Amino acid sequence: MKSTRVATTVAAASLLVFAGTVASTAAGSTHAAKTVTISVVSLIPGSTQAAVDQFNAQVAEFEKANPSIKVKPVEYQWTAPTFAAKLAARTLPTVFEVPFTDARSLGDNGQLADLTSYVKKLPYFSKYNPAVIAEGTDSKGQIVALPKAAYAQALHYNRHLFSQAGLDPNKPPTTWAQLRADAKQIAQKTGKPGYVEMAKDDNTAGWILTTVVYSLGGRMETGVGTKAKATLDNPQTIQALNMLKAMRWTDNSMGANFDYGWSDVNQAFAAGTVGMYISGSDVYTNLVQASNIDPSIYGIAPIPLAKSKTAGVLGGGTLAAVRPDANAAAKAAAVKWMDFYYEEPLISKAQAIRNAQTLVENKQPVGVPALPIFNKAQYDLANSWIKPFINVPISQMKPFLTGIFKQQLVPEPEASTQSVYHALDAVVEGVLTNKNTNVVQMLQQANSTAQTAIQQGD
Amino acid sequence: MTSRRGLSRVQAVPRRTPVTWARGGGLTTLLFLLPLLFVFGAFSWYPIVRTVIMSLQHTNLVQPARWVGFQNFERVWHDPLFPIAVRNTAYFAGLALVFGYPIPLVAAVLMSEVRKRRGIYSGLAYLPVVIPPVVAVLLWKTFYDASSTGAFNTILGWVHLGPYPWLQSQQWAMPSLVLESTWANAGGTVIIYLAALTGVQTELYEAASVDGAGLLRKVWHITLPQLRGILLVTMILQIIGTAQVFLEPYLFTSGGPANATLTVLLLIYNYAFGNSLGGDYGNATALSLMLAGFLTLFSLFYLRATRSWSTR
Repeated sequence: MKSTRVATTVAAASLLVFAGTVASTAAGSTHAAKTVTISVVSLIPGSTQAAVDQFNAQVAEFEKANPSIKVKPVEYQWTAPTFAAKLAARTLPTVFEVPFTDARSLGDNGQLADLTSYVKKLPYFSKYNPAVIAEGTDSKGQIVALPKAAYAQALHYNRHLFSQAGLDPNKPPTTWAQLRADAKQIAQKTGKPGYVEMAKDDNTAGWILTTVVYSLGGRMETGVGTKAKATLDNPQTIQALNMLKAMRWTDNSMGANFDYGWSDVNQAFAAGTVGMYISGSDVYTNLVQASNIDPSIYGIAPIPLAKSKTAGVLGGGTLAAVRPDANAAAKAAAVKWMDFYYEEPLISKAQAIRNAQTLVENKQPVGVPALPIFNKAQYDLANSWIKPFINVPISQMKPFLTGIFKQQLVPEPEASTQSVYHALDAVVEGVLTNKNTNVVQMLQQANSTAQTAIQQGD
Repeated sequence: MTSRRGLSRVQAVPRRTPVTWARGGGLTTLLFLLPLLFVFGAFSWYPIVRTVIMSLQHTNLVQPARWVGFQNFERVWHDPLFPIAVRNTAYFAGLALVFGYPIPLVAAVLMSEVRKRRGIYSGLAYLPVVIPPVVAVLLWKTFYDASSTGAFNTILGWVHLGPYPWLQSQQWAMPSLVLESTWANAGGTVIIYLAALTGVQTELYEAASVDGAGLLRKVWHITLPQLRGILLVTMILQIIGTAQVFLEPYLFTSGGPANATLTVLLLIYNYAFGNSLGGDYGNATALSLMLAGFLTLFSLFYLRATRSWSTR
């Protein structure tokens, strides 16, 4: 009996040892392979099959040109909570995207790979807009991210609802007073919300409020780093919130639902149920890829600016970065992908045309308004290459394209950006969901919260 | 006699050594125990120990951790959102207790009175429990559409009520969450009560009927006293469950509007994952321990206070 037990034990132990040996052999084989496999962010979840096909076509083209690199696409949508969780769990793809606001801090924290030596070898490195490349450079001067796209906040409007309300769709509002009046008219004539704002507790409410405050000439902070001073309770923020309050409670022009996030508001707008809303100038791509927007309803205009020297339009963008634990081969492959997928279409005529052709073949938008990440001359040149392929309703984008380069571009708050936005979320929600909200008191609380976050470097 | 025989047996047993332990089948026992130890160790005990350690550190799991003593507890205590989250959680638990606790009991008593097709009723009561919680919340989110064309507002409009703002109002949001939560969770408790009701002696009801007692008197004087043990257990389970409410506020409102549905667990989540530059896991674990400590003390107090009643 005892010998049977001992035999069982020995057999089980042998099995464990064997399993361990097999596992270690398998791990070794991946090291032995010459092919480098990198995972890269592809499209946001829920994208259309045509968009997925277009992305896969680009992957195939890249792999053909680089036989030793295997690319594994991973669906991805940057949101603060999911990004933080993936960052902590080390489950981000090799190449991932981050907003302008985060790259520098992530780099300083050692959370992004140093790409300096690889990036400086790129033939077009000197052509980058210095302000844009600075967004991806940490305090030690290491380049930790490459720009994917830059945007300016813009006013997106539904041309059909404008017409139904008796407004001229070619004349979007140019002042906040006009915007308020148009929103009221749309709500009254069509029964649809004339103007909506992202007002979710995921930093989007604060992002849009900051945009409006910038357009009125205000700023959310002064100074830099942990010594910056929060100025959330400035007069322009109070003005912006009072305007929002009037549109919500007096004009009743904002509808009945006030919990829109970035995706929700895009879906609602593409479904034709929103008159106007503010978002990045490049959001049209998402409206096509994830929400199948009818292009005929789409209109885009610059944000109305107050007559103030400090009034400006909030600008931001997206950068592509690499996991800090990537080895040299993976980093080299990652930069090759970033060069191919993000940068070449903006700098190489052949690649720009090939990219535009692939996009058009898969019914994806070409010519979406964005801001230059290289210099303006390069931006105009790249646009001239793809002109024959432009399939977005460019004439409906004219108000924005003619107006945006006359506006002063103001970067997002530098210190603890997401925390500043988060502190403002509750204030926007308060104004939209409680008629008696004390704007000044809530702003003072938000300012105190933001100041604490700035001091702690959160 | 017995003790002497026992003593002689002890003397007869050879001294246990690792070798005798192994020969006696100790290794096999250990082998069978290992998976269990591993599962508990990896997924229960290790996280608890790690939580305690992290609550005393400043860490975002990327940079090296720094020991900070009880600083995290102090920061949580002084966070202006902390009292809001505690108040909201207590409000949710209170509403769920007042409205959500009696409903399954009433439903179970009524169902037990039904003679025919009882299975269909209990099946219908249990159906919401089977629906995946995320699906249920998304479904209710469309019902709660605050416009006049929303599902609930349309129905209420037929009797000239509303439209109501549901999730879009600081006053209405929390009761709306409790309503969905009650619908979603009542089924499980109904089944427990139905099972307990089968244990109530039918002779008692017959005797009460002979004495001229109606349904309400029978429920008050027979059913409730007979179920008091179960009632006390379901109440403490509900209180502990509602103190840890997360799913509804997270999926319905993300804690909004204006922190009106920010609960303790959602605040823990926000500490951990709210900042894209890396979470404050020290604060998150500190608040987790504070909640665990409170619930432990509350449970002990509750069990002590109700001991005599439950065993009477």
